[in-house]
Amino acid sequence: MPASSSWQTAVVAAIGPEASHAKTFRLRLTEPRTHRPGQFYVVRLTAPDGYHAQRDYSVASSPGGEDIEITVEMLPDGEVSGFLHNVVEVGDVLEVRGPVGRFFSWDGATPILGLAGGSGVVPLMSMLRLARRANRPDLMRLVVSVRSPADLYYADEISGPETTVVYTREAPAGSSRPVGRLTAEDVRPLVESDREVYVCGSAGFCDGATNLLLEVGVDVQRIRVSRWGPTS
Amino acid sequence: MVTTRGFIGRQRSSRDPRLPPGQYDAGKDWPVLHAEATPSIDTANWTFTIDGLVDTPTSWTWDEIHALEPDRYEGAIHCVTTWSKFGMTFDGVSIDTLLEITGVRDEAAYVMARSHTGYTTNLPIEDVVDGRAWVVWDVNGAPLDDIHGGPARLLVPHLYFWKSAKWVSGLKFMAEDEQGFWERNGYHDHGDPWLEQRYQGD
Ligand SMILES: Cc1cc2nc3c(=O)[nH]c(=O)nc-3n(C[C@H](O)[C@H](O)[C@H](O)COP(=O)(O)OP(=O)(O)OC[C@H]3O[C@@H](n4cnc5c(N)ncnc54)[C@H](O)[C@@H]3O)c2cc1C
Repeated sequence: MPASSSWQTAVVAAIGPEASHAKTFRLRLTEPRTHRPGQFYVVRLTAPDGYHAQRDYSVASSPGGEDIEITVEMLPDGEVSGFLHNVVEVGDVLEVRGPVGRFFSWDGATPILGLAGGSGVVPLMSMLRLARRANRPDLMRLVVSVRSPADLYYADEISGPETTVVYTREAPAGSSRPVGRLTAEDVRPLVESDREVYVCGSAGFCDGATNLLLEVGVDVQRIRVSRWGPTS
Repeated sequence: MVTTRGFIGRQRSSRDPRLPPGQYDAGKDWPVLHAEATPSIDTANWTFTIDGLVDTPTSWTWDEIHALEPDRYEGAIHCVTTWSKFGMTFDGVSIDTLLEITGVRDEAAYVMARSHTGYTTNLPIEDVVDGRAWVVWDVNGAPLDDIHGGPARLLVPHLYFWKSAKWVSGLKFMAEDEQGFWERNGYHDHGDPWLEQRYQGD
């Protein structure tokens, strides 16, 4: 049985706001494990009568630290995201297992392009952090799509020569790109090379982004998609 | 059992007994979740093949499989990402009907389902025989669309839905178990939603 398959406890070491409706939680694992950027942990909540709920959360931090960080978007009526946002405090203990998800993980060596919508930026941030830490920012191109500046995750850290931010509803003062959804023109200049492409976000975002990539000539075999959310 | 401080769970008194633990009723939504880009497969080129430990390995074209005795599943489906849907109707052909044509050798104990995209998923043979699995092409009376695995997908509704391979292209019968795509990536080999067999080790 792989070690990542057993549950362990994690103490919530820090909680901070990340964007409107998003918070980052730093978790101190009892048994620290290395992850590949792009992998996720399962968080399990258990009620006194044994009822439990579990959800997947991507690791936002880069590999190698003692702790892991996850960033959770609060969904209206969301059972687990609502609990994490409204009830959990520093010092609380959560059950987690991981890392899980080799398919969407990055080896840290292959040049990649990431396209992220909303909380889909979380696993790609882990990749960006690793690329920068390894002094190989050339390995990563990242496009993030957000509604407005207030919805940009990791705002202090994410900008850089690797990163393009697309604002769909409201752009910061002085932006040259008009607001609106991701277009072929946004991605075309970034796909010229042999980069593997990682697409992450809601089902709607992923379908739109995948279609754009196919339109600008990216080979289907190079595209990996991780979708979440209840959108049909 | 480690209880989580302050956690009670969402209002559970009215929980539907048809819902396996950890699942919610997606209602009219049918969420889409797959790792690949959505392919578009022409029925003119579509085939479905049963091979491996069978007496007569056989391939069917779209017209040939439609000429077999039709069968229907009516009921629920459950996705590992915690949604379930009730009242689904799928039309297609039972795997039992296909196996009457190919036969199955005694040594066969496992099945690998594969897709036109290269996706694979493994199942014990008991889970695909005796009226528990189908190849389906219509859902709720309309053709299955590309995003839900059209033109045809495997349907194994008593297991989590990643076992119901979209864009299915065939089944290989094997003596030993081998892992498929998600199983190699940490998901459970069996995937029973009532036992919450989500990940390896559950
Ligand atoms: C591989 C993977 C990685 C992920 N990584 C992240 C990440 O990094 N960050 C992140 O924020 N999320 C991530 N997610 C999504 C996350 O796992 C959860 O799905 C998300 O947090 C919602 O869970 P929840 O319990 O808050 O909402 P749920 O309670 O599951 O509800 C989700 C929505 O469905 C509806 N709903 C659900 N149940 C009911 C009900 N009984 N009645 C009515 N409506 C209902 C509600 O409208 C609600 O808004 C990831 C998902 C996957 C698969």
